[in-house]
Amino acid sequence: MILEMLSYPFLVRALLGGALVSLCASLLGVSLVLKRYSMIGDGLSHVSFGALSVAVAVGWSPLAVSIPVVTVAAFFLLRITENSRIRSDAAIAMISASSLAAGIVVTSLTTGMTTDVSSYMFGSILAMSRQDVILAGVLSVVVLCLFIFCYHKIFAVTFDESFAKATGVRVKIYNVLIAALTAVTIVLGMRMMGAMLISSLIIFPALTAMEIFKSFRSVVVCSGILSVLCFCGGMIVSYGLSVPAGASVVLVNLAVFAAVSLVKFPQ
Amino acid sequence: MKPFIVCEHVDFGYENQDAVMDLSLEIKPGDYLCIVGANGSGKSTLIKGLLGLLTPTAGRLTVAEELQRGGIGYLPQQTAAQRDFPAAVSEVVLSGTLSRRGNRPFYSRAEKELAQRSMERLGILDLKKRCYRELSGGQQQRVLIARALCATEQMLILDEPVTGLDPSSIQEFYGLIRELNQRDHITIIMVSHDIRNVVSEAGKILHMQQRALFFGTAEDYAESGAGREFLGGKT
Repeated sequence: MILEMLSYPFLVRALLGGALVSLCASLLGVSLVLKRYSMIGDGLSHVSFGALSVAVAVGWSPLAVSIPVVTVAAFFLLRITENSRIRSDAAIAMISASSLAAGIVVTSLTTGMTTDVSSYMFGSILAMSRQDVILAGVLSVVVLCLFIFCYHKIFAVTFDESFAKATGVRVKIYNVLIAALTAVTIVLGMRMMGAMLISSLIIFPALTAMEIFKSFRSVVVCSGILSVLCFCGGMIVSYGLSVPAGASVVLVNLAVFAAVSLVKFPQ
Repeated sequence: MKPFIVCEHVDFGYENQDAVMDLSLEIKPGDYLCIVGANGSGKSTLIKGLLGLLTPTAGRLTVAEELQRGGIGYLPQQTAAQRDFPAAVSEVVLSGTLSRRGNRPFYSRAEKELAQRSMERLGILDLKKRCYRELSGGQQQRVLIARALCATEQMLILDEPVTGLDPSSIQEFYGLIRELNQRDHITIIMVSHDIRNVVSEAGKILHMQQRALFFGTAEDYAESGAGREFLGGKT
């Protein structure tokens, strides 16, 4: 069946691009989840939906519009989270609902609620174009380099921002870098996984890896590997049962998480 | 001996509000200074200033050259996110050597040995491979001190270190700090709410309320107006 899958060029693209995006999402996810920023991923995916709908309505290139918009939103969400005067969870909920609403209104005013919109919401494996796969490749190289060459700094910033700052690590740059890379990851993965589902790629592998391993290094490595495996597993399920890819990937992730939790706590 | 840090009429603050005003003090090598005061009295702001994360808005702050070179070991307040962090003890301690490393991507043997010695000194070598989140509060505190000692041999700044520890761990913790101060001559600056213990442990007390209400030896503090009021009100 796998060979049969690989005979469709669009499926090969989807597998390749999706695996790369999952890898990036899971690595960035470890840092985001541990810093209690999980909600940012969810917020950004809704912003991305809004930006994409507007871009399609106006007729611009979807990626050229949504990548900058979502990156700006990522900085903004980080700022609110750092700034304790505003309730960050409420602010993120507000922003994600508003951008979702804006996207829906703009689409129904212009093209109407077509299958396009539904595919943004819940994903479509047809969405991965050649250009997307190349971009996902570039993104993965950047994320991998960041995690290999700045691994210790990422650890310091994730574990203890105040200490890192006091020892002269430029914490802001790393936060901004992680936010920007998360934004690009979400935009790239969203059309395939769906706006409603993409944030699971960030959260699930990190949580599962944290259940199994006790050191940061093994959590990061395990999260990356698990994420790619779960993605491929999800794609096979999706192909075999003819169900949407994004939802299948999420359910496979959930199943692995549940299995690990059960094995770990038999009582 | 030349003082490590001299503040002359220093103000620290954010945007248009000064949290610390007109503060003058001297910290000499080997001092054990405790900063006390109510919430919002500018203690944390002062710590940030001493660490060099804030620049004074007025006055003059002089930091000795050897301290600028050797760095300050810092023990921030623990956050909730840290308590269940999946990290091996050795990873946490090693991260203390970051400041010595500049932009090299990996740790050298010297840094690993430094971390090893630091863990040995605090008696946590046997915890090396354990996970940080599985340790007790007192053990976690030891790990964080070992990390701070990787950054410096000269001065430790601790921000409310005993919060959340049980009474026996608190006593153990003060014993450890005393040892570092007296045996290894490490200068200690500690922010604490634990006023009763602090007065008997520390050499000097700084009582803050935006301005310095009191700065002097711990014995004098117990006799002073500010001290008596604070000690009396805390029973």
